[in-house]
Amino acid sequence: MKIISTRNLKKYFPIRSGVFLQVSGWVRALENVNMEISQGETIGIVGESGCGKSTLGRAIVKIYEPTAGSITYCDPSGASHDISAKIDRRLEPVFRKDVQMIFQNPFDSLDPRMTIRDTIREPLHTHRLLASKKEMDERVAELLMKVGLYPEYAQRYPHEFSGGQRQRIAVARSISVNPRLLICDEPTSALDVSVQSQIINLLKDIQRDTNMALIFISHNLDVVHHMSDRIMVMYLGNVVESAPATELFDNPAHPYTQALMSAVPSWNPKDRKLGQVKLEGEPPSPINPPSGCPFHPRCPRRLASCSKVKPEAVEVSDGHFSACHLHGM
Amino acid sequence: MTGAVERERGREYERERGREREHERILTVRNLKTYFRTPEGVVRAVDDISFHLDRGEVLALVGESGCGKSVTAHSILGLVKAPPAKVEGEIVFGGRNLVGLAETEYRHVRGKQISMIFQEPMSAFDPLYTVGLQLMEVAKAHMPWDDREAKERIIDTLKSIHIPEPEKRYDEYPHEMSGGMLQRIMIAMALITSPDVIIADEPTTALDVTIQAQVLNLMQDLQSQYRGSIIFITHDLGTVAEIADRVHVMYAGKVVEKAPVVELFDNPIHPYTSGLLASRVRREYKGRDLPYIEGYVPRAYEFPEGCRFHPRCPRAMAKCKEIPPPEFEPAPGHTVACWLLEEGDDR
Repeated sequence: MKIISTRNLKKYFPIRSGVFLQVSGWVRALENVNMEISQGETIGIVGESGCGKSTLGRAIVKIYEPTAGSITYCDPSGASHDISAKIDRRLEPVFRKDVQMIFQNPFDSLDPRMTIRDTIREPLHTHRLLASKKEMDERVAELLMKVGLYPEYAQRYPHEFSGGQRQRIAVARSISVNPRLLICDEPTSALDVSVQSQIINLLKDIQRDTNMALIFISHNLDVVHHMSDRIMVMYLGNVVESAPATELFDNPAHPYTQALMSAVPSWNPKDRKLGQVKLEGEPPSPINPPSGCPFHPRCPRRLASCSKVKPEAVEVSDGHFSACHLHGM
Repeated sequence: MTGAVERERGREYERERGREREHERILTVRNLKTYFRTPEGVVRAVDDISFHLDRGEVLALVGESGCGKSVTAHSILGLVKAPPAKVEGEIVFGGRNLVGLAETEYRHVRGKQISMIFQEPMSAFDPLYTVGLQLMEVAKAHMPWDDREAKERIIDTLKSIHIPEPEKRYDEYPHEMSGGMLQRIMIAMALITSPDVIIADEPTTALDVTIQAQVLNLMQDLQSQYRGSIIFITHDLGTVAEIADRVHVMYAGKVVEKAPVVELFDNPIHPYTSGLLASRVRREYKGRDLPYIEGYVPRAYEFPEGCRFHPRCPRAMAKCKEIPPPEFEPAPGHTVACWLLEEGDDR
């Protein structure tokens, strides 16, 4: 069952300057993004900083209003609603409960003045899911156990926990209302290597139990590969390639995806590979993105047409889309 | 004046000799202890560690947050404030012990003979001054150059690390540059005084992978061109495999394993090292649970007794809880602080 789909989703942020704060330009954070996510599925979004991956996540949870394009949400009964503009007042509580988010930095995302119990109870309270205090406390204890913490921790404060434990608390809070879609924005990037795997396993376990859908945003290719069924590779607000996870890693089609993969360290001192990385320069600014293909100034295989015409996504193999002029040849 | 020239010439000669001798020891750290007094108790952030650095090599200090790798770097540079900190032991550099050196003396070492590259290029620069002025400040503080010569040298250094349009960059402010570009400028800043040792504290952690590759390549080039010695501090074993000659793995203020890089990846012995190497997300693991190390990194004021890794160690014995393990040397140049080796068991 589908949960969210987007059509030609765009998000531009205005740049204001001068005394009267007139709009002098736009940051083109998202350009024509199409995606769809169904129950139980995991979509990975990968790209470098400034590629728009977090903006996409935030546009889907409706932290940001899209500039153009549409977002469609299917509620649990199966009815679909257009939520591109403002969400209907009756629908809002259903949507807010259904779509939850966890953030990168568990040191910022938990209120230092709320106990763990209050933190986890807050969404239950807001959505009036449980009536009595006793039921809520039981639910908090159950959630803490589910994420691998002791129920006794409920009365402690966030500063008493390590980064990994805090991220577990953030996970407990987000799943407390049984969402159908969880958006994870770099959930393991701030954690130590030895703890990162614990959180990944935890998210996978919860997904297996609840059949919830995940949108997993990360810059780490290996982690995204492990988590996802499908992966979307983003560059300067554009989805340049999307494919099933294994297919993307076996046959990366877009030159950017290939470059990204070649830049991951080898973990093998006898076969050092960074010396062979061909990618020059840095991503240009999304304020004045290059004409044509956004990647053409850095692309090792650019053609004359790349700076003029923006390539459309073509299906290079079953379910594998890539937006590059090379494929038409 | 002639004195300075003489000294410069002397140093040049020393450098020549250094190139001839294979293993010229440039920095030796013996029994370094850096403790901090805090309201929670005494934090033994770096607890009795010893290592050395040879000319022209890249030594990686690897570990997770709170293992003491950055405090080690700050101790070498005399950047920990005493009190609350207390630094003990020996840091031998250029024939003298830097521990307890007067601040006026330290200034000739710090930034000149030992320089540092920081993790966050965005916060390491002052946003109110152009990068040129900030580079100039370093150059003028340590080198006998006038303004014109200093600027020439700065532009040359920027050119040597392939920064496009160095003259234009010179007059730009930090906010006008990307993180990757600033990180390269910081590398230039560290190079201007031709230091003997560069300490790089997580220099690529804040950067994207494609930029990380460029910066690592750059550091590799520098190291082979100038035969500089680098202490490379990181939590990422992937980058260690790319750049290091020798690796020291740190955990909770202790060095638990030291080995040449190939040896460490082929034959990790300490359970923490093998745990870290196993935590890598491999493609084969898809659809399965990832291996991980149980528990969490302990906080600095509550490091466990005995071996500090024992509460998370899958092979902990009774002894591990009480007595800190000494260093064993199962192979030349490969030392491990773990009781498992006492029995002659090396796996």
